[in-house]
Amino acid sequence: MEKKERKGIVLFSEYKRGEAIKKALEKSREEILFELRESKLKGRGGAGFPTATKWNMVAAAKSDKKFIICNADEGEPGTFKDRALLLEYPELVFDGMVIAGYTIGASEGIVYLRGEYEYMLKSLNDYLEAMRKDNLLGKNIVGKNGFDFDITIRLGSGAYVCGEETALIESLEGNRGEARNRPPYPVNTGYMGKPTVVNNVETLAAVPHIVLKGGEWFKKYGTDKSTGSKLFSVSGDCERPGVYELPWGTTINELLEIVGAKSVKAVQVGGASGICIPKSQFNRSLAYEDAATGGSIMIFGENRNMLHVLKNFMKFFVEESCGQCTPCRIGNTKLSEGIEMIEKGEYTFAYINKLKELGQTMKVASKCGLGQSSPNAFISILENFKEEIFNGNGGRNGK
Amino acid sequence: MGNKGDFRVPVSQVPHSVPIPEDITGIGGTVSVEINEKKISVPLGTTILEACKKVGISIPTLCHHDDLCIAGVCRICVVEVEGMRTLQASCSFPITTPIKIKTSSPMVRKARRHIIDLLLSEHYGECYTCFRNGNCELQNLAKEYGVDSYTFGHIDKPRFEVDNSSYSVVRDMSKCILCKRCVRTCIDLQEVGVLEAIGRGDKTHIGTFLEKPLADVICINCGQCINRCPTGALRANDPSDAIWEAIDEPTKHVVIQTAPSPRAAIGEEFGLPAGTSMTRELNTALRRIGFDKVFDTNFAADLTIIEEGTELILRLYNALVKKGKVALPQFTSCSPGWVKFIEHYYPEYLDNLSSAKSPQQMFGALIKTFYAQQAGIDPANIVSVALMPCSAKKFECNRPEMNSSGYKDVDYGLTTREMARMIKEAGINLPEMPKSDFDSPFGEASGAGLIFGATGGVMEAALRSVVEFVTGNKTEDIFERANIIPLRGFEGIKYMEIPIGDKVGRVPDLIKHFIPDWNWLKGATLKVAVAHGTANAKKIMEDIKSGGKFSECHFIEFMACPGGCLGGGGQPIPTTPEIRMKRAEAIYAEDESLEIRKSHENPNVIRIYKEFLREGPCSHLSHKLLHTHYVKRGRYIA
Ligand SMILES: Cc1cc2nc3c(=O)[nH]c(=O)nc-3n(C[C@H](O)[C@H](O)[C@H](O)COP(=O)(O)O)c2cc1C
Ligand code: SF4
Ligand code: SF4
Ligand code: SF4
Ligand code: SF4
Ligand code: FES
Repeated sequence: MEKKERKGIVLFSEYKRGEAIKKALEKSREEILFELRESKLKGRGGAGFPTATKWNMVAAAKSDKKFIICNADEGEPGTFKDRALLLEYPELVFDGMVIAGYTIGASEGIVYLRGEYEYMLKSLNDYLEAMRKDNLLGKNIVGKNGFDFDITIRLGSGAYVCGEETALIESLEGNRGEARNRPPYPVNTGYMGKPTVVNNVETLAAVPHIVLKGGEWFKKYGTDKSTGSKLFSVSGDCERPGVYELPWGTTINELLEIVGAKSVKAVQVGGASGICIPKSQFNRSLAYEDAATGGSIMIFGENRNMLHVLKNFMKFFVEESCGQCTPCRIGNTKLSEGIEMIEKGEYTFAYINKLKELGQTMKVASKCGLGQSSPNAFISILENFKEEIFNGNGGRNGK
Repeated sequence: MGNKGDFRVPVSQVPHSVPIPEDITGIGGTVSVEINEKKISVPLGTTILEACKKVGISIPTLCHHDDLCIAGVCRICVVEVEGMRTLQASCSFPITTPIKIKTSSPMVRKARRHIIDLLLSEHYGECYTCFRNGNCELQNLAKEYGVDSYTFGHIDKPRFEVDNSSYSVVRDMSKCILCKRCVRTCIDLQEVGVLEAIGRGDKTHIGTFLEKPLADVICINCGQCINRCPTGALRANDPSDAIWEAIDEPTKHVVIQTAPSPRAAIGEEFGLPAGTSMTRELNTALRRIGFDKVFDTNFAADLTIIEEGTELILRLYNALVKKGKVALPQFTSCSPGWVKFIEHYYPEYLDNLSSAKSPQQMFGALIKTFYAQQAGIDPANIVSVALMPCSAKKFECNRPEMNSSGYKDVDYGLTTREMARMIKEAGINLPEMPKSDFDSPFGEASGAGLIFGATGGVMEAALRSVVEFVTGNKTEDIFERANIIPLRGFEGIKYMEIPIGDKVGRVPDLIKHFIPDWNWLKGATLKVAVAHGTANAKKIMEDIKSGGKFSECHFIEFMACPGGCLGGGGQPIPTTPEIRMKRAEAIYAEDESLEIRKSHENPNVIRIYKEFLREGPCSHLSHKLLHTHYVKRGRYIA
């Protein structure tokens, strides 16, 4: 599955370690920000926030200290593309961090590595050591006077919510992993109260290519609103699961074709917190403006029980909610109980509709993205697979 | 937070308070907001909640509390902010740019109702059998939002066992709504850190260190968490049934002492505005309920001043003249929450703690000795109750060493809230009671004893006597009307220097046998400090440890509760900064209205040293009855 010779259009294309750092350090910070803005690169961690805007805010902030954090928590069920990048292209990720450090004025970078990826820790640290030897990290990097930057790797605590950027920062500070109130945002008050950029592994990995080949080049790929390419972690009922680099805008049908998926009933786009797309909508395209995803694509074949699928998603949220805010902590439990009622045939449509309304409240009233997106699966699966769930074998008839 | 490296403390609640610019008058210091189409201008950084308050719009809150840092977890306070995809929690949204807010749109109302429904679905408790019935923030919300059925069902079994282990605090976590006000109280306000959120998802709950019962962890019993809990999940351990039983038992002689803080606050429980003193109405009510005698704790406070003041003078004399090894500064010991705090956190400083018992316990010992003798009652038949603003007093009266009379010095500590309930149960409307006086032989007390209720009060009371003893001048000639203003107010830590000068007075008869004259204090400067809330106490203790300015103090007053006893954990709920201020005003006003305002001028105190404690303060008998010792306790568990 993970082979070094993997080829791709952007990320998985040729790159030599340090190349982009050298080029970046010849430019001014403004020039880098300009290219980044031109590229229209958006965050690959899920939320799709324009990266140039984020960097610009921290670059413009006045502070004695700033941080760049690489979010390698990769906790979304069905995602493993950051792992592939870290294993096969660490140079892209780390070089991206150095360039970020230079652009925003940070001297420290931190990789928040998913606890389960501990096995990579040694090789990643060795890699950093090699970069230090080559003066790609450390003091006056590649001879650029006054630019000091180094990277440390910290292991995550194993909770899904710690991938949420403010919970991640809390966790880094040694606290319980719980999302913070926003505003203030991390770009203003982040790690240790200092302006902080938190970027996904893949976002950072795109930066060296953009610096080398320019924003115009990057924009050639993808759609107008979703530029460049995207790594998709494909799992489930198909012949060739794995990590694929495809341009944004690829339709679900095209993707299914590539991975060898036949007789597919549904595709869950965006992991447990994403939406479930039925066959009738497979012509939709994978893009921020249509079916958005941080990379997770789960394929469900004809014989899958969609109620069971949903039940597992909800079980995940009931356990993984950090438990601090009411809509998410209790809301997910109620949605989950609702599914059990459907399973047992002990429900009324009126009550199911109440739960859907509750889902809408959770989306707007929860404190962080976890609770705000956890009802997506509930709402989309019950909506798109009504027939199967309420009339088919999935559940018995309701009143 | 000052606790880095201290893993006992749950760091989950580092305050994310919103920085509000100090100078808001400068250009750009304000920002305009449109709330429901009404435009106002507010200082930059004002939260939406505060801004709404300014235009008279009330927004429901649960996790928000004026004393505490922002949490933003209950989400009941959400509002719509134009241009934002999600609703925003108004308590934690600082306004920094012009925004338009809707506080009561259909989406907002639906979300709030959903949140109430969700909380109720997991809330196990019957309002009839709950001490917060009628004063519960959850119940109020359910009423305001017209909840007429349980939309998402209702739990039919308790989720947790009630933790009844502590003498002071009962935890019924089945009623908990996870607002974490208690957690923030315990860690931020008190820096004790007994409570923390444990578990994730639907397993999240408030627990203690290693999930031990509260009595087995380092809880200092201050009850501040009770006062800030919006529901009945936390309550004090209520002894009123046992007290009713004693009252109903004809062979028992039931006496009660009342402390000044409950008297300044109990009116609130009867709908009176905060700061209405009920001292004399309460005397009548208590007799009608069936208490045989009503005594004034302030009498014992006056006694405390004499004992603790003498102890201080002796420490200073031994240190300065006899050059002995003496623990200084001397710390006050009348706040049992503070005493337990130092026993856990700074056991190496227990020698600094005055050995004088708290007024409650001094009084208890005298009631079962002096008073029993005078009245000809067998102390075995006396049931001694103390009305206190405090939940730690319940623990204190149960300390095993507190039985110097041969009996338990004080049988029951009763909080202001519990007393109000007993009075209501007896069908008495307190504000309508005629006024009456305290019973002899202890009678009335001085204003000095009274101001013990407010932070700085013990120090002020002590100085009113000490200054007069040493300088020979009337305190009134040094401080206008004997009011020592620098010691008053709610600043966390107060510090004061009192130069003695070259003229000293005559040593009063009471302590003449200890010291011949005051010449050794000529030209000296007395340095004192005051701290309230154990977070502030910790600051002073850390300063002393590192040899800072407070290590040069002679005497330091520590109170566990913010504001002092008037903000105690047994006081009416709510207790807010504003309400504490009102109670303090009531106490100081009552002090001003009294003729005798210095402990050593209290004729009943003079009498007791003539008739009973004949060898004077800090003598053998006074040590036996009025002084105590302390226990070194663990840092993590009791
Ligand atoms: C519950 C939750 C989990 C998340 N987990 C991750 C994660 O594992 N990795 C990640 O990069 N972003 C994750 N995010 C998104 C981050 O909060 C954040 O938006 C992202 O790291 C920003 O980087 P980007 O702008 O490069 O996408 C998560 C968000 C939520 C709400
Ligand atoms: S939405 Fe869920 S995960 Fe996020 S803060 Fe609330 S309880 Fe925690
Ligand atoms: S906590 Fe409030 S809502 Fe719950 S039982 Fe008590 S009074 Fe009723
Ligand atoms: S009584 Fe005081 S010390 Fe004990 S848990 Fe409550 S706030 Fe903490
Ligand atoms: S015990 Fe009370 S204050 Fe503490 S979280 Fe529960 S409801 Fe809130
Ligand atoms: S009061 Fe604002 S979130 Fe609880």
